[in-house]
Amino acid sequence: MSDLRDLYQQTIIDHTRRPRNFRPMPDADHHARGHNPLCGDRLELYLKLSGDRITEATFTGAGCAISTASASMMTEAVKGRTIAEAQLLFEKFRILLTTPIHENVSLDGLDKLEVFGGVREYPVRVKCATLAWHTLEAALKRDDHEAKTE
Amino acid sequence: MIEAPTAAGTQSAAPPVWNAADVRRDFPILHHVDRPVAYLDNAATSQKPDAVIAATTRYYKSANANIHRGVYRLSVEATDAFEAARTKVAAFIGAPDRDELIFTGGCTESINLVAMTWGLENLRKGERIILTQMEHHSNIVPWQLLAQRTGAVIEVVPISAAGELDIGAYQQLLTQKAALVAVTHISNVLGTINPIAVMSKMAHEHGAKILVDGAQSVPHMPVDVKQLGCDFFAFAGHKMCGPTGIGGLWAPRGILEAMPPYQGGGDMISTVEFAGSTWNKIPHKFEAGTPNIAGAIGLGAAVDYLSHLDMRQVAHIEAQLLAYAEKQLQTIPGLRFVGAAADKASVISFTLDGIHPHDIGTILDQEHVAIRTGHHCCQPLMDFYHIPATARASLAFYNTPADIDALVNGLRRVIEVFA
Ligand SMILES: Cc1ncc(COP(=O)(O)O)c(C=O)c1O
Repeated sequence: MSDLRDLYQQTIIDHTRRPRNFRPMPDADHHARGHNPLCGDRLELYLKLSGDRITEATFTGAGCAISTASASMMTEAVKGRTIAEAQLLFEKFRILLTTPIHENVSLDGLDKLEVFGGVREYPVRVKCATLAWHTLEAALKRDDHEAKTE
Repeated sequence: MIEAPTAAGTQSAAPPVWNAADVRRDFPILHHVDRPVAYLDNAATSQKPDAVIAATTRYYKSANANIHRGVYRLSVEATDAFEAARTKVAAFIGAPDRDELIFTGGCTESINLVAMTWGLENLRKGERIILTQMEHHSNIVPWQLLAQRTGAVIEVVPISAAGELDIGAYQQLLTQKAALVAVTHISNVLGTINPIAVMSKMAHEHGAKILVDGAQSVPHMPVDVKQLGCDFFAFAGHKMCGPTGIGGLWAPRGILEAMPPYQGGGDMISTVEFAGSTWNKIPHKFEAGTPNIAGAIGLGAAVDYLSHLDMRQVAHIEAQLLAYAEKQLQTIPGLRFVGAAADKASVISFTLDGIHPHDIGTILDQEHVAIRTGHHCCQPLMDFYHIPATARASLAFYNTPADIDALVNGLRRVIEVFA
C-alpha cells in the first residue's frame, strides 16, 4: 500500500486550500461545464484565446481535493500554450494517472503536474483528477454541453 | 451460534442476550480476511453470516434443480426449499398470507414492478404520485417513467432541516387527486424513521394507495406490514444478511389478484395458446421464468438467522451503538451531522468543514475503515441541503464500539492530512 502522502502531496493540499485562477471570467472566449455524476463534483472553466494560444484560464466550482487541485494546476499549466500543446499535455497527464509506474513512458513536460502520480494507486479517483481536463477539451471544442466523467 | 432470546411475543425489547462480539463469529468476512476493515457501509449492503453462505452452497451442492416443473425428487426438493423460503420471508414481515410475497431481484425491481403493473393500469392523467424529498432514486425514477407514460403528476412532501417529513404538507397534498404515495420507511441517508402507520391511514382516507420502500427498515427493526397498513411493501435481501439479486414485494391478495402480470414467460401462466394465455395464481403470476432459487433459499436462511437474533434485540443493540457513535463523533472539530430526526435508525451522515467527502472516504480506507461517500442515490436530498455529497457511516448489529473508535481516529487522521 502506498503512503497517503503520495496521494495528498503538499502541493495538492496547497492548491485545494488556495486554488489559483479561481474566479469566473465574464468575457471568456470559451466556456464549459464539467460534472462528475459519481461524486457530484461540478466545475466551470473559462478560457481566453489569442489565435490558437490560451492566454487566460480560470475556473469556479466545488469538488474534492484532487479535482480542485487538478483544476487549479491545470489553469496554470495551460496558460500560454497552444491548443495542440494543451491537448498533448492532457494525453501525458492521462498516461501518468493510468499507466503502471515501471512502464517506461516519456512524461517530459508534465513538470508540476507529476504530483498527481499518486492517483495511479487509487483508480476510483482518476476521474477526479481528469474532470478539469475533460472540461478543457469540451471548452476548446466550443462545446456548450456538459463534460462528464461518466 | 448464540442462544435464542426468550422474551418472544412481548412488545418492549428484553435486555440483550447477546452482543456484537458473540455474533461476529458468524460472519466470516469479519475475521477471515488478512486485515478486516471496520465495515460501516451496511446501508449499502450487509455482510453475510455462515448460515446464509452455507444455505446457498448446500442448494447448489445437493439440491440443485429447477423448480415447479420436474416430477423427479430433486426438483420437488428444490421447489419445497424455495417455497419454504417464501413462507419464512412472508412471516418475517408479518404478511398475513404467504402467497402475497413475490420474490423479485431486489427492492428496485419490486418498485418497478408496481409502477409497470398496478401503476400503468390505474394511474390517469393529472392524478398525483406523492413522493418525499428523501427518496432513493429507485423510489423516484420508476414513478417518473410511469408519469411520462400516463400523464400522472409527481408531487414531493417537503422535509425539515432535521430531516423529518412535513406531515401538514403531506395532508395538503393528499387532498389534490392523490392516487399513490411512495415513501421510504427509513432514509438511507438521514436514518429518519418515517411514521408509516399514520401516513397509510391518511392516504387511505383520501383514497390513495401507499407503497413503502422498506430497503432500510427490514434489516434494522421489527416490521409488520399489517401494522404499517400499507398497500405495497418493497425490500432487498442483500441488505438484511441475504444474498444479492433477491428481494421481495408484498401486497394484499386483493390488489395482487387485480394487477396485470409483470413479465411474461414460463411459470407465470396457467395456459398458453396463440389465441391468448391465462395467468397463474399469485404469487407465481409475477414470477416469470426461472427465479433466483439459491437467492431465495439464502434469504430464507437470513430470515431464520435474524429471527433467531430477534429484531427487537437487533434494533436495541444498534440504538446503543448509534448513541455511542454520535457521542464520539461530536468530539471531531468541524463535523456536522446531516439529519437529526427524533426517530432515527443507525445511519449517520456527516460533513467535515472544508474537506470533501471523497477525500474523507479515501483516507479512511487507508485506515481500514469502510464508509460510503457521495450522494447515496439521493440527489434531490443533497440539493435540499445544498451539498454535493455526504460521508455516511451506517451501522449493523455486528459492529462494535471498536469500529466506531476506528472511524473517529480515522477522521482525526483526515483532519491531520488537511491541516
Ligand atoms: C432506501 C433505499 N431504497 C431502495 C434501495 C435499492 O435497493 P436495491 O439496490 O437492492 O434494489 C436502496 C439501496 O440502495 C435504499 O437504500
